[in-house]
Amino acid sequence: MKYVDPATRSVGGLAKQEAHAGRVLIAPYIIFFLIFSAYPLIFSLILVFHHWSIVGPLEWAGLDNFAELISDELFWKSIVNTLFFIAIHVPLQVVVALLLAAILNEKIPARSFFRATFFLPVVVSGVAVTVLWKQLFSTDAGLFNQVLAWFDIARVPWLSSPEWAMPSIAIMATWKNVGLYVILFLAGLQNVPRSQYEAAEMDGAGWWAKFRHITVPAINPVVVIVLILSTLGGFSLFIEPYVLTNGGPMNSTLSGVLYIFKQAFGFFRMGYAATIGLALAVIVLTVVLIQRKFVERED
Amino acid sequence: MTNRWGKWIAIVGMGLVAFSFLYPFLWMFVATIKPEKEITEVGLLASQYSLDNYRVLLDRIPILRALLNSFIVAVTSTVSVLIFCSLAGYALARLRFPGRGLIHNLILFTMVMPFQLTLIPLYVMMVKFGWVDTYAALILPYSMSAFAILLFRQFFLQMPQDLIDAARIDGLGELSILFRIFWPLSKPILITVGIVHFMGIWNEALWPLIVIRDEMLMTMPQMVALFAVAGQAEGQFGVQLSAAALMTLPVVIVFVFLQRYFIESMATSGLKE
Repeated sequence: MKYVDPATRSVGGLAKQEAHAGRVLIAPYIIFFLIFSAYPLIFSLILVFHHWSIVGPLEWAGLDNFAELISDELFWKSIVNTLFFIAIHVPLQVVVALLLAAILNEKIPARSFFRATFFLPVVVSGVAVTVLWKQLFSTDAGLFNQVLAWFDIARVPWLSSPEWAMPSIAIMATWKNVGLYVILFLAGLQNVPRSQYEAAEMDGAGWWAKFRHITVPAINPVVVIVLILSTLGGFSLFIEPYVLTNGGPMNSTLSGVLYIFKQAFGFFRMGYAATIGLALAVIVLTVVLIQRKFVERED
Repeated sequence: MTNRWGKWIAIVGMGLVAFSFLYPFLWMFVATIKPEKEITEVGLLASQYSLDNYRVLLDRIPILRALLNSFIVAVTSTVSVLIFCSLAGYALARLRFPGRGLIHNLILFTMVMPFQLTLIPLYVMMVKFGWVDTYAALILPYSMSAFAILLFRQFFLQMPQDLIDAARIDGLGELSILFRIFWPLSKPILITVGIVHFMGIWNEALWPLIVIRDEMLMTMPQMVALFAVAGQAEGQFGVQLSAAALMTLPVVIVFVFLQRYFIESMATSGLKE
């Protein structure tokens, strides 16, 4: 990109120069892509046909890893757990976020204070939030059970029973992330013209009717984004069960990513861990595709 | 909400929800200065307050070192992303060169590729490169981001071509056009990419847990997570909460001052994903 006197440049020379500059500017990404995207991708397809324990060479395994995967009850349990988490977390997230956003969209005082408050847990580290909630969830001395006791409600075994553990994590994750989705919904809501609401009010429509017939259709595109983002988030569930329960009790909070982590760094089975990763990736893509199809048909 | 009662119910409801978002944080900060026996109490009052938990924490783990590491890693990778991703975004938006369409598609492809697929192969690569327990392992995989490139590209596409033409006639090279003419006009996107990337790295726990074993290289989320699970805290909630509080405090302070930028940035990036 040296200085060239414009008068001496031909049109062809200009195009050539532009192409040269383009190649130079994109080069760092090409290098990054080859090392950190292409190579791991290709290598994952090699790794799944091998056993490898970090020390020593790769050992050819043929289809062993896949055969093991299919009959591995823990793997299937981790998938079911992850889907269970998503089934609670995603609808809860959408409903709560939409409700809060709808109220924030009205003329109420201290809107920006509420907005910032709901957003606070989004910016705080998931580890910090999880350590905090570990205390809140404690069965004997946790804040939740103490507050419930004021109302004579029996202790809930938030994290210590297999039935409650995953729903508890889903509640925590909703508290942690809902602020982001409130903001997304709010952005969508602000695109709905006031005049539509005013016209509906003249026809005597109540709050619910306006919400159902004006708001919901208008923010459908945002719903799609929120569904997909929170589903992807659900499939990456790791640090919460890692810190709170380490997958227990009775593997009820063993998520897909946590299982990859345990196979790789608990048992040093890299080939098998990579195979679980591949399977999980296929499931993620399938679920997101189905979601997209399903939501588009709704339009 | 023309109905006055409805409005009041909404305000009280919002107040309660806001309380449920703020109180746990407030409780956490106060709990760290309470005596261990009184930590589990719901209220904020205690017989005495002290910084003992923090003293114990600093004795047990090099948490200030972790804070420094987190800072080094997040700043370096964010600066790298701002520079190299804007280069790529500029090339894709404003320069015609062979293979441009293909590269754009590659970037879109890497964005839909689930990270679960490449997690273990990337770790194996780090082992082979000898990068386990180095800053390189923490920084380089996050030194660029497909999403940042797309954000830059989209933003640069809206810039008037006249700007570029005039600069070229003045003899400016493409790098000068990008950094001296485009960058000063691109503050919103630089802030968005900067905040979103910085927060992502700052809070990342899984990758450091995989590639770092050496305590002196650990980042905050990793060290606090390990501290909470590995029994080093010996079941003392006060010390664990102090670690969490130490990690939360800088973020809360920055957020209070820059909340508008945080919220806008994360909303833009969310909607474009």
